[in-house]
Amino acid sequence: MILRDLVTLIRAEVLCGEDLLDSIDIECAYGADLMSDVLAFARPGSLLLTGLTNIQIVRTAQMLDLPSVVFIRGKKPQEAAVKLASQIKMPILVCQMSMFETCGILFQKGILPCHIPDRGV
Amino acid sequence: MGQEPYVEEYAIQAGDFSAIGEASTKFKATLKMLGIASDLVRRASVIAYESEMNALIHGGGGMLRMTVHDDHLVIEASDSGPGIPDVQLAMQEGYSTATDEIRELGFGAGMGLPNIQRNADAMEIDTEVGRGTRLRATVAFKQG
Repeated sequence: MILRDLVTLIRAEVLCGEDLLDSIDIECAYGADLMSDVLAFARPGSLLLTGLTNIQIVRTAQMLDLPSVVFIRGKKPQEAAVKLASQIKMPILVCQMSMFETCGILFQKGILPCHIPDRGV
Repeated sequence: MGQEPYVEEYAIQAGDFSAIGEASTKFKATLKMLGIASDLVRRASVIAYESEMNALIHGGGGMLRMTVHDDHLVIEASDSGPGIPDVQLAMQEGYSTATDEIRELGFGAGMGLPNIQRNADAMEIDTEVGRGTRLRATVAFKQG
């Protein structure tokens, strides 16, 4: 799904990277407030959904080649996080819905989970 | 073949949690510039990031070094912290001694060392209580 369509679907606010929305295609997503797990289980190219707001969220996404982050529950990322995302050309989105609802909508529209082969899922 | 290895090294400052990942970001940029395959760059980046975090969270700061050879790279993290009393226990997923401050940032869930091992082709930990810890992880550029 093209990121711009996804933004419309979850009625997200775009804090930075508006010009990149048409060039990013999202196939799978990983939702977590635990960056330790994101580092262990998120697949490259996934969309990250989280309720944490610090700069490490953007760094974690950057390390794993995750192209964009959705901050759920209306959480606004810290200024330093948006500044870094802007520098590295990573669109930052804010969605008012809960993690469950946001993930549910995306799943319903065909966005896939990150497979974790060594755990059989 | 036989070229001098490329070395990059950064000090990890104690207590500066917002800076976690700055050194790893620089490593990642270097590896991309060197034309290393993206999956290898990603694995090396995760190893560096987890190691950088460990050295800061548990080691009270230290050094992070990356050495790029012709056919592999090595990430080394060293600190003069309290050391790991039981490495086997520390390698278990979910075992953690991280503080609440770190957990509030979304880290310290006891996934770091197992994740480094998962991303590395080889990993060694040299640690002694009261002396510190040195971690060395290797990523090979060719399979097999």
